[in-house]
Amino acid sequence: MAGLADLTLAEARDGLRNKDFSALELAEAEITAVEAARGLNAFITETPERALAQAQRSDARLAKGEGLALDGLPLAIKDLFCTEGTLTTAASHILDGFTPRYESTVTAKLWAAGAVMLGKTNLDEFAMGSSSTQSHYGPVENPWRKAGEDRPLVPGGSSGGSAAAVAARAGLGATGTDTGGSIRQPASFCGVVGMKPTYGRCSRFGIVAFASSLDQAGPFARTVRDCAILLGAMAGYDPRDSTSADVEVPDFEAALSGDVRGLKVGIPDEYRVDGMGGEIEKLWRQGIDWLEGAGAETVEISLPHTRYALPCYYILAPAEASANLARYDGVRYGLRVPGDSIDEMYENTRAEGFGQEVKRRVLIGTYVLSAGYYDAYYLKAQRVRTLISRDFTEAFEKADVILTPTTPSAAFAVGEKMDDPIAMYLNDVFTVPASLAGLPGISLPAGLSEAGLPLGLQLIGRAFDEETVLRTAGVLEDAAAFDARPGRGVGE
Amino acid sequence: MTLIEGRTGEWECVIGLEIHAQVISKAKLFSGAPTDFGAEPNTQVSFVDAAMPGMLPVINGFCVEQAVRTGLGLEAEINLTSVFDRKNYFYPDLPQGYQISQFPLPIVGKGSITLDLEGGETRTIGITRLHLEQDAGKSLHDREPGATYIDLNRSGVALMEIVSEPDMRSAEEAGAYIRKLRSILRYLGTCDGNMEEGSLRADVNVSVRRPGEDLGTRCEIKNVNSVRFVQQAIEYEAARQIDIIEDGGVIAQETRLFDPSRGETRPMRTKEESHDYRYFPDPDLLPLELDAEWVADIKASLPELPEAKKARFMADLDLDAYDAGVLVAERETAEYFEAVAEGRDAKACANWVMGDLFAALNKAGLGINEAPVSAASLGALIDLIDDGTISRRIAKEVFETMWRTGSKDAAAIVAEKGLEQISDSGAIEAEIDKVIAANPGQVAAFKGGNEKVIGWFVGQIMKATEGKANPRTVNEILRRKLAD
Repeated sequence: MAGLADLTLAEARDGLRNKDFSALELAEAEITAVEAARGLNAFITETPERALAQAQRSDARLAKGEGLALDGLPLAIKDLFCTEGTLTTAASHILDGFTPRYESTVTAKLWAAGAVMLGKTNLDEFAMGSSSTQSHYGPVENPWRKAGEDRPLVPGGSSGGSAAAVAARAGLGATGTDTGGSIRQPASFCGVVGMKPTYGRCSRFGIVAFASSLDQAGPFARTVRDCAILLGAMAGYDPRDSTSADVEVPDFEAALSGDVRGLKVGIPDEYRVDGMGGEIEKLWRQGIDWLEGAGAETVEISLPHTRYALPCYYILAPAEASANLARYDGVRYGLRVPGDSIDEMYENTRAEGFGQEVKRRVLIGTYVLSAGYYDAYYLKAQRVRTLISRDFTEAFEKADVILTPTTPSAAFAVGEKMDDPIAMYLNDVFTVPASLAGLPGISLPAGLSEAGLPLGLQLIGRAFDEETVLRTAGVLEDAAAFDARPGRGVGE
Repeated sequence: MTLIEGRTGEWECVIGLEIHAQVISKAKLFSGAPTDFGAEPNTQVSFVDAAMPGMLPVINGFCVEQAVRTGLGLEAEINLTSVFDRKNYFYPDLPQGYQISQFPLPIVGKGSITLDLEGGETRTIGITRLHLEQDAGKSLHDREPGATYIDLNRSGVALMEIVSEPDMRSAEEAGAYIRKLRSILRYLGTCDGNMEEGSLRADVNVSVRRPGEDLGTRCEIKNVNSVRFVQQAIEYEAARQIDIIEDGGVIAQETRLFDPSRGETRPMRTKEESHDYRYFPDPDLLPLELDAEWVADIKASLPELPEAKKARFMADLDLDAYDAGVLVAERETAEYFEAVAEGRDAKACANWVMGDLFAALNKAGLGINEAPVSAASLGALIDLIDDGTISRRIAKEVFETMWRTGSKDAAAIVAEKGLEQISDSGAIEAEIDKVIAANPGQVAAFKGGNEKVIGWFVGQIMKATEGKANPRTVNEILRRKLAD
């Protein structure tokens, strides 16, 4: 049935409930879309049989009027979530052949809500990157092209496969993880909506760890409403994750009232950074006007430690990663490259199993934790993190939500910035501060660059106040009326 | 002060101990996997213990309670906020590539232990800290040439590392410290103290110095698994260090291993010790916050510990320091003794427990819980002495019979064998008359002033009555008759 893959998740949900089409038909349409988008290399593993089997079970429930919240809705899963019986790679050679015997809490919740798995999406190895080019399974391509050019662009990262899939209509939605911007930045690059909830909102159990104090799962979709629906199914306290928060999960969809009258929207002066394109500045201005037009009030706020956020992040995240990745030693699972001694086996396995960016971060992380450097790097970065958190706490005394651009530029070409890790890291300049503070953030497409590429705006909220973020995002979404579509991989 | 005589004068040995005590708990420190000793390899391993991707540690509240209980038993400060850190190093039996431990902020701070030394002397040893950490798995290098097998059953089991101040001055004190600590842990039920099974292991820090001088450079002897080996290792190590210094050398700070078969310590390969552990707070775990009231509840529920029990035995039961110390050393001994002594003469009961019972246990190689004679049976036997039914000599025989046959009823044995004491003075008098009549020479000797002869007479009469005559009655009548 043509056009089903083009529906929003909410439309598909309603269509299934009205029996306009079956879950099986929807799954078949999505499987076709996934196949059509293969040129993007968005998926590492496609699971069509599983999708069809799940869809049939959904149809059985729907026929009895016992449809679950996400019954029959096909989703793409970032290949950082462990899925029982399905290869899980983290896009790393070192996890060769690793098929978990357990399911991550977030995906288990999605399946329990009736969702259907289309496959596992490509990413930067171990979620380390902002381009989704650092994958053992090859780079992901952004379905968007600059006007009049056919040069492949990156989808952003690390959840680039999920963002590209959703943009290319290969999945009604997708899961991602965000450590320093890995949901919001690719959402911005691919012209879709991506949300990182509050740290602790979603369980990290069963997600391959990158930086434990920052990693957080969240949804991608093509609308704010779809993200709200997905987040509702993904979120919730999990006793198997000590950092998961024992708080109620509100009805996020119900938060989309469309009313932001009287809402105080903070505009941080410090986010006017060098190197930010004029069109980004213009878009930001536009966002302010839209919200003011809807009755919100904008207030100037200050987040004075913003400029320390990136260096702070690039100490703390690698430090945690250096320990989190120590378990990939060739002893119990994944790749093993033999050696004459146990040390040689470790060295051979890790030298061959990890890509360049992962090695870089493991080395940085090991360095900043080592004797003699710990105080100057790790400890100092922890203190800076506290100051960054405090900036937000103080800002939220004046504002209810903060509006910023998501990224300082639109998507760049595959191969660009590859020899300059610092330039690559700058992609995360607007997303990292909220990650360090553990706050919820969303990116939604708000316009096109002069070259015809999507640009995103970011909203940051108070801890566990995803509702205000979603409500404001809904208003911006309506005002922006973003309806541009990518040219590639959309079943053309 | 215990000093060691060297070639160039006297030396003092300074010892500190780090004890790793396995927490008694059904489940591991951060996973629900079981902890039974001796299970088939890799049968007690959860996905968390094997460090599968995406697995997360969740603290076992009971292990925390056990650590707090131990801290309270050591009269130590309980830190209401403590933090778990990652200690990073690569080893095949350490699946995570780091051990979750506690470094700057342990759950228990400063405390102390009182040692009972010979001659009723006591000595207080400072406890620096106690922290919780995960045990590692086991590497088996001897199954197949060129291969190492890994058993992860122990991986993630909860350990308490209990660190002492460098307050000990001799191998004997170190031994007394381990025994006392083990006794407290067993009283508390927080560690079974079983060194053979590895539930209690010691890292021993040893240095030497001239009396009164600053601390010398120390060597750490890792993973010693019996009290005897700890003492041997200290003696060897102190002598080794003194030799080096007296020969004009200097001590290198290093980690050493004790080889029990040769009775000596030797350096570990430097590769094994040159770790930079890169400790940092484990971001998978929030700081451990304890409620002061919860700690107070645990404190209120602590059993009477050996120190308090000893003081009570001395004050209320009138035992001397030595007897009290021996009886409280093991919780089970103290419980047995208290059951025997309940309503009876404590000193007499202590003599039975420490004399006949201990001797029999030693001979049979049994623990007090395995004794074939229960506390109640022994108590009933002592009652038969007190009420004059049998003599102490006969009682020993009855005890041996009970031990051998497992019979619980002393009175029945006495009745069956006709062992009741003869207190009937008429019957005894008749026997005495016979003996006096038959031995005029001995009577004359007594009358001539040889008091010792009385013992000979008593012996004759006991022999004639098969030991059943009441010795006091025999003595009384005999003296009267001989004086006639």
